[in-house]
Amino acid sequence: MVPQMPSQPGNAAKASVCARGTHFTAVNAALHSASRSLRRVACASVFVAASVLAAASVLAAAPVLAAAPVLAAAPAPVGDAAAGAKIYTRCEACHALAYDRTGPRHCGLIGRKAGSVPGFDYSDAMKRSGIVWNAKTLDRFLADPMKAVPGTTMGYAGVKDPKERADLIAFLVQQSDGPVCAK
Amino acid sequence: MSYPVPSSFLEPINRRAWIGRSGLLLSASAVAMLAGRPALAAGKPSHAAQDARILNTALGAELEAIAAYQVGVDSGLLEKPVRELALTFQGQHKAHADLLASTVSKLGGKPVAAKSQYTFPTDQLKTQADVLRFAAGLEKGAVSAYLGAVPLFDDRDLSKAAASILGDEAMHWAVLRNALGEAPVPAAFVA
Repeated sequence: MVPQMPSQPGNAAKASVCARGTHFTAVNAALHSASRSLRRVACASVFVAASVLAAASVLAAAPVLAAAPVLAAAPAPVGDAAAGAKIYTRCEACHALAYDRTGPRHCGLIGRKAGSVPGFDYSDAMKRSGIVWNAKTLDRFLADPMKAVPGTTMGYAGVKDPKERADLIAFLVQQSDGPVCAK
Repeated sequence: MSYPVPSSFLEPINRRAWIGRSGLLLSASAVAMLAGRPALAAGKPSHAAQDARILNTALGAELEAIAAYQVGVDSGLLEKPVRELALTFQGQHKAHADLLASTVSKLGGKPVAAKSQYTFPTDQLKTQADVLRFAAGLEKGAVSAYLGAVPLFDDRDLSKAAASILGDEAMHWAVLRNALGEAPVPAAFVA
């Protein structure tokens, strides 16, 4: 329920459309009537995607810390670029492959010196890091960005699960000079 | 494709006026969490600087989201109720940005400003569903970004405030998925 501010009479009526079922209905009706076939396809794929997301979420929520000693002694997991594409959606708050956003673009990432995309406003810490991006440096950085490069503006706890990290890196390697980046 | 953004859309709105318009509990509680808190002034400078950096990155993403919703609103692809929804979500991102900017200042940092131009995949936005899917992707990313930021703050009240914004972004994502005819809540956990 949306509270009404005492100094603002009538706010309940003006409250977010999110709180009003009539708008939900109107939104859905408008969209659905325009794209029923799209919705059918979307719904089918969403159930698949939901299963994948659920599995990914379980991985993320799994007892990573408890597994860490075992994983430390195990060989590095082999990355799956297709699985990494789903992990990459987490990065899309700030990054895109082909253009700079809050974070720099990822096209051409592999082999690039950290802090070197022309025109992007990096932190001094990243510019001075001396990192050249490859699977190994990405693995170290993505595990804990703020520990790997203190002073980075990438305020993100990291991808803690080694398999998820390997998948993400496999995707980044695949995409670094892939078709999206060739455009 | 670069997209010029009218400066009026990027100005953080007056907080009181926004609360008056939306009446949302989120902003009121977040403001209460942060406004005039002695811990913000008393914290260790290095910790405060790191907290400010994290908040500033979030601020940059919020400013981009405001611009992205404006692209959707101006696209001419949205039917009226969907356009209203987009404007509501944009207003909430403005409230987040306003709060983040003021908190960065309180921590001794300099809030990032909105860019004069943002790049969005406008060539891929042909239908209302495309716009909604684009927005849903941004909101999902925002959920992940805040989730990744929550454990990092030295000041736990900032973690609480970030989690409060995370909840709002997650609601946006769910509503957009629902509007697309997709399962609004696809899993028991977010990542």
